[in-house]
Amino acid sequence: MRRSYAKCRSLDSLRSLGMTETVVIPSGARSATSRDLHRAFGMMLLVVAMATLTSCKRETRRFRESPPSATPGGTVRVSALQPGALQDTTHVRNVYEGNAYAVSEGQRLFNWYNCSGCHANGGGGMGPPLMDDEWIYGAGSEQIYTTIVQGRPNGMPSFAGKVPAQQVWQIVAYVRSLSGLNPASTRSARTEHMMYYPGSQALPMETSPKQAFRPPAGEMP
Amino acid sequence: MLLQLPSVRGAPNQSVLESSGPLADRVESLWWFALITASLVYLVTMGALWWAAAHARRREQRGEELPMDDERRMTRGVTLAVGATVVVLLVFLVTDLSVGRTLDPVPRAHPITIELTGKQWWWDVTYADTSPQGRFTTANEIHVPVGEPVLFVLNARDVIHSFWAPNLAGKKDLIPGYTQSMWFQADTAGDYRAQCAEFCGVQHAKMALHVIAEPPEKYAQWVAAQRAPATTASDSVAVRGREVFLAGQCAMCHAITGTSAASRNGPDLTHVASRRTLAAGTLPNTRGALAGWIVDPQQVKPGAHMPSNQLPPSDLDALLTYLQSLK
Repeated sequence: MRRSYAKCRSLDSLRSLGMTETVVIPSGARSATSRDLHRAFGMMLLVVAMATLTSCKRETRRFRESPPSATPGGTVRVSALQPGALQDTTHVRNVYEGNAYAVSEGQRLFNWYNCSGCHANGGGGMGPPLMDDEWIYGAGSEQIYTTIVQGRPNGMPSFAGKVPAQQVWQIVAYVRSLSGLNPASTRSARTEHMMYYPGSQALPMETSPKQAFRPPAGEMP
Repeated sequence: MLLQLPSVRGAPNQSVLESSGPLADRVESLWWFALITASLVYLVTMGALWWAAAHARRREQRGEELPMDDERRMTRGVTLAVGATVVVLLVFLVTDLSVGRTLDPVPRAHPITIELTGKQWWWDVTYADTSPQGRFTTANEIHVPVGEPVLFVLNARDVIHSFWAPNLAGKKDLIPGYTQSMWFQADTAGDYRAQCAEFCGVQHAKMALHVIAEPPEKYAQWVAAQRAPATTASDSVAVRGREVFLAGQCAMCHAITGTSAASRNGPDLTHVASRRTLAAGTLPNTRGALAGWIVDPQQVKPGAHMPSNQLPPSDLDALLTYLQSLK
């Protein structure tokens, strides 16, 4: 078999085959096409930027950040029982509360410093469970902070001077995430242990997790 | 010739081209074989291309008709090229597999065994022994005797790491929950740098390990020194430093044999002053670097799991004196 294209060595032979017309795009049409292209490209960039920017805050890693407060000032109320008028506790905003990375660091430290030894990944053991909605000494960030730093009767040791304030605040963020008190976007999607709330990628539950499931409260001190 | 340039060759203590041991020799010869074969293939291909272009041009200048419609010539050429490609690839495959096979078995019944565990971002090194007293743990530095095979038991705690000492052996991954093993033998004494070769997080680049190959008698001395518990603090400053270490944040993650500090979260510091580097090959082991590392590790290695430690100057000074006494 002889291939015809083998003979098309020059422009002459191309012409002899009748290929004389060149496709020319009119200049107006061309600029319209490129404008459309530009617009499409711009939209694409915008969509990509929106998709990436929304996840920025969740993943910010602030390694050298000073913690909210080394010691929460004012009164940190640890019990509802107190003489006289009920004083509200001084609230401290935990900067790590809405940060997924800090919460995951808190989870790592929870195991490193052997919180699991008594609280068993939040389910409770020797110590009270942390994934239910019963708080003996308060559920506020500053209340959990003072509980960790000061220690509590019947077994909870004081970690003052042993764990730097920044790490205590990260652990506080994680402890609150165990019972779903911090934004859902910062919770881990899946843990290897029991979970109180559905993971961030789970289907929505029909009833609230607190109504559906209630782990046993630990012994009161 | 280009490879003889120092910039292309890289550091001599971390280079595949400076092999020091039977395994690395095989890997290096495989590398040279592949390079020479690939270069030959490249030269032959380029030569054929040049010849075809020049030949066609000459014939055209002479006004001859090019025989481009010769089906048989074409078939012959393509068959030859495909055949040569298959043969070259097959040779590569066979040599590669055979090198892999010769590297597999440990050539000794009871070799020195080192349990190497990758952690974000440092190496936990434990020398195994039949008796518990013989075991000891160090970090980021391995000593091996020259001319003896050493077996490694590889593991990881958090994510996948990879152990790669290019002068001594190929790479092997460290996988959490899955124990692997490898071995190598160093034939010449030297300080070889190994590097984590699997991306493992923000400080992957600063996860290095020094393999120090030394004569057997020197190695035995080192082992004896490492097995001993930490030296007891003698002067008052070191005693205060020990107090700072045990009462403060340090003891929450680090261990010093012979004291109450026994946590396994961070590197073992029993003989920290005997090591060459700090923070997995990041800093030289000097008093100043140690101080900087303790006070603000996030400046040196952002994201590392060591928190910053605000200490009063006198406490820091005492702590440095104590740590530097741990030879």
